[in-house]
Amino acid sequence: MIIPCPFCGPRDLSEFAYCGDADNLAARPDPAASDQSSWNAFVYDRTNPAGDHAEIWQHAGGCRRHLRIVRNTVTHAISDVTMPGAKA
Amino acid sequence: MTSHRCAEGGTAIDRTDTVGFTVDGRQYFGLAGDTLASALLANGVRVMGRSFKYHRPRGLMAFGVDEPNALFTVTTDGVREPNVRATEIEIFDGLAVESQNRWPSLDNDLMAINQLGGKALAAGFYYKTFMGPVIGPLKGTRFWMMCEHVIRRAAGLGRPGTAPDKSRYERINAFCDVLVIGGGLAGLKQAHEAAETGRHVIVCELEPRWGGAADGKKESEIRQIVESLESRPNVTLLTRTTVWGWYDGNMLAATERVSDHLKTAPEGAPRQRHWVIRAEHVALATGALERPIVFPGNDRPGVMLADAGRRYTETFGVLPGQHLAVFANNDSAYATAAALRHAGANVRAIVDVRPEIGAAAQRLADRAGGALKLGHAVVGTSGAKGLKSISVARYNHETRSFSGGAEEIETDCLLVSGGWSPVVHLASQAGANPVWDDALQAFLPPKPDAHWSVHGAAAGDLDFDHDLSPAPAPVFEIGHPGKAFVDFQHDVTADDVRLAHREGFRSVEHLKRYTTLGMATDQGKTSNVPGLAIMADALGKPIPDVGTTRFRPPYTAASLGSIAAERYGDLFPHRLTPMHDWHGDHGARMYAAGHWERPESYNRPGETVEQAYVREAKTVRSGAGLVDVSTLGKIDIQGPDAADFLNRVYTNGFAKLPVNKARYGLMLREDGFAMDDGTTWRLAENRFLITTTTANAGKVMSHLELCLDVHWPDMRVHVTSVTDQWAGAAIAGPKSRDVLAACVTGTDVGNDALPFMGIVHGAVSGVPVMICRLSFSGELAYEVYCGAHHGTHVWEALMAAGEPFAIAPYGLEALGTLRIEKGHVTAAEIDGRTTARDLHLDWMLSSKKPFVGSAMMNREGLTDQSRWTLVGVVSRSGEKLHGGSHVVAGDRDGPGPGLGHLTAMAFSPEINAYVGLALVEDGGNRIGQHLYATDPVRSGTHIPIEIVSQHMVDPKGERMHG
Ligand SMILES: [Zn+2]
Repeated sequence: MIIPCPFCGPRDLSEFAYCGDADNLAARPDPAASDQSSWNAFVYDRTNPAGDHAEIWQHAGGCRRHLRIVRNTVTHAISDVTMPGAKA
Repeated sequence: MTSHRCAEGGTAIDRTDTVGFTVDGRQYFGLAGDTLASALLANGVRVMGRSFKYHRPRGLMAFGVDEPNALFTVTTDGVREPNVRATEIEIFDGLAVESQNRWPSLDNDLMAINQLGGKALAAGFYYKTFMGPVIGPLKGTRFWMMCEHVIRRAAGLGRPGTAPDKSRYERINAFCDVLVIGGGLAGLKQAHEAAETGRHVIVCELEPRWGGAADGKKESEIRQIVESLESRPNVTLLTRTTVWGWYDGNMLAATERVSDHLKTAPEGAPRQRHWVIRAEHVALATGALERPIVFPGNDRPGVMLADAGRRYTETFGVLPGQHLAVFANNDSAYATAAALRHAGANVRAIVDVRPEIGAAAQRLADRAGGALKLGHAVVGTSGAKGLKSISVARYNHETRSFSGGAEEIETDCLLVSGGWSPVVHLASQAGANPVWDDALQAFLPPKPDAHWSVHGAAAGDLDFDHDLSPAPAPVFEIGHPGKAFVDFQHDVTADDVRLAHREGFRSVEHLKRYTTLGMATDQGKTSNVPGLAIMADALGKPIPDVGTTRFRPPYTAASLGSIAAERYGDLFPHRLTPMHDWHGDHGARMYAAGHWERPESYNRPGETVEQAYVREAKTVRSGAGLVDVSTLGKIDIQGPDAADFLNRVYTNGFAKLPVNKARYGLMLREDGFAMDDGTTWRLAENRFLITTTTANAGKVMSHLELCLDVHWPDMRVHVTSVTDQWAGAAIAGPKSRDVLAACVTGTDVGNDALPFMGIVHGAVSGVPVMICRLSFSGELAYEVYCGAHHGTHVWEALMAAGEPFAIAPYGLEALGTLRIEKGHVTAAEIDGRTTARDLHLDWMLSSKKPFVGSAMMNREGLTDQSRWTLVGVVSRSGEKLHGGSHVVAGDRDGPGPGLGHLTAMAFSPEINAYVGLALVEDGGNRIGQHLYATDPVRSGTHIPIEIVSQHMVDPKGERMHG
């Protein structure tokens, strides 16, 4: 698998570390105000889609930036790479 | 001699260049360009292997990668490479090979007695035999395990050697627009078309020559295309290169056999080169493999695939026999019969299961001569070590009935054609499930997408000359009594497949595993489709409903040497501290802590490790010791929001930490469990240096980066790993302040200027240093940091300043002893299963702010009183404790219920006993209890212990605050 890093260019999978479901990570509850069930969901609940999946990968062996990548879990085709947390 | 070299012909051979080689030490001669198979065939050798289970003599069946029988071990300077197909070994002067699976020799194999017990070795033999009871002292499976090595010797293939492989291998990464797999006419045309558009093209052909299976008449056309491709800078042409794996994202693996065919590799050339090719587009032109027909006696040497016979004749000028017979269910073999007649063979008979044939086939049959037996089948063969005759009977393939008596036809070579199977293996590997084609009676690749395409015979475009029809009659097996083999390498017969079905195996995947059909080194290249057809027949289903198994890499065996290439030997990365050489020069025994090499202890002559670390620990408690702490993870955190950031990731508060002060900190994971601990130094208003445990440095760094990138992208903070930039030495002991006072310039190090957790900046022997007063050992102690390149200089200056105070360096063992005595935790206790409370660190959990883990840390299961908590243990018997021992109830005679485990142990000079730290169920309420540390599997010890507070020495911390 080749991941196109916006900073370093297309690089081999071996340079990257998987960091989890991007949509899940983006939905981190407010630590001061949230109830336990939303935290339980954040820490433990994951979808397991056969198809497109938004996920965070760190270019650990490169620029070390975290990237939001949409990867098809069946074909491993990558259809989108953006910066996480970027304002829409 | 039956097979022989023709007087002329042979596109690959050089008749002026005779080459000598040996098989089992016996000398043979062939011609330059020969494969081992063609050279042995030319020498009249018929038996080229012994079968896996029954040791039946086997001859050459195929021309290339599909050969199941003729396997040899190539021996080079004592290195053995087993199970190499004779069809792929190119001979050179001095080539030495051994035959396989025979004893004492290929011609006289005493193990062939296995044939007599044929029934005993039927399908599922291993599963049925190696289970169940045997009467006697060795019961059940144990008895069979004892037999296993005897049976393994009788049934098997080649034997690998033990000598190290001295060959050199290379690997290469390549990128291209179009990868063409297969250098036959279809592949070459495809490559040419792509190359003309300027795209970068790589063409891989597994044979030594271009052209694939195309017949001699196409030679000039092929040469023309190859010459045109060779002249283009955007084309890479690779022969002797097998593409054997197709992975995600059009990444393919190939092995180029660079010098296997040469007596000596050219200067600088590797033996093999492993290619990792990333292609925008893959053009499959992998051709088709001819299938055998399954009939009784079909494994007798002399029975060969029809097209293989043609290719031996055209390529090497070797006729596979003098008096040929052909057995077919399709037209393609008729061209072969005619061609071999033209080359000088006598064609005795053409046997075809079809009752009638087309005009084109009839014309070729007339040219070939011999009896044309339409509506007939071969029902048996004879000849002890090679084919002498075949039995032929009238056969109706629609009713599967025989009529009349069998007729004997004398022949020394039977050329068989059961139709053609496109090579769909690579496409299947990539996830493209093959589709059954009723007309061709074969699996074809599915419709490709933009990433790949398929061309020529691989696409089912068989394109036979002479207007021959590519469609065979749907006949895979002649159901007549006798041993009829489906998988030649694993000795799986048609009856074995039916037996498996009778025993309840319905799925093709189960059938494959139970019978081992298609699981030998040839991966069923000749046997998959016939096996599937017989299975489908037994199930009463059409073949496509039974389905095929998915092919897995590799297409053909790839050497591990080529995949490893230069990556062998000690590949473990070693991280060395700046003072590494000094430690070695001063008697340190080094210890691998993760990737780091750290001094374990500095043994004086005659000292054991234990004597050394006990002495070192005593030195620290009584005077001063120096330990290398450069391995601690160090992260520089800068920015206007740095303090706020630390407040969010640590459980305790950092906003109010003054500049030039340090604080102990604890991080949790999001789920509320402890992640790591360390110290945080505030170097300036917006700049902090944090240390992590050696083991968790990478994890903490990634965690901080994730928080900043993903959770809080608006925070103005940068984190930078500076582990390798700072050298660190911790000086500990009641005399440590005196040592610093003797060598530090530019700053006062007294208690007022440098209180507990204070930071000062000064110099040691001219080198700027940062000194923080903090303690892991529990003694008065300081960490002295300087630029990494000055590490040894500063270390030596500290040692020199400490000499009047009898300073000594100490290693990991003494460090461990000191921290165990104090009850300080490390990664052994912060093991991912413990909470802050479990480790008595709940005083660090701020209630005034949220932090990572704060929302989850108070869950019921994490606050349960009975959780395993940190305690100290002392050996009551004087026996040495073992880290990892279970802490159990019970008595001296044996363990009772488990209550926890020992995380660390040491001999404590302060307590004068073996002590340890442990995580014990409801540990806080067990202080004073007598339990046992039991270690039944490793050391066999069962030691009485007392549970004590983890603060075993100086519980009030008076020493480090003094
Ligand atoms: Zn990058």
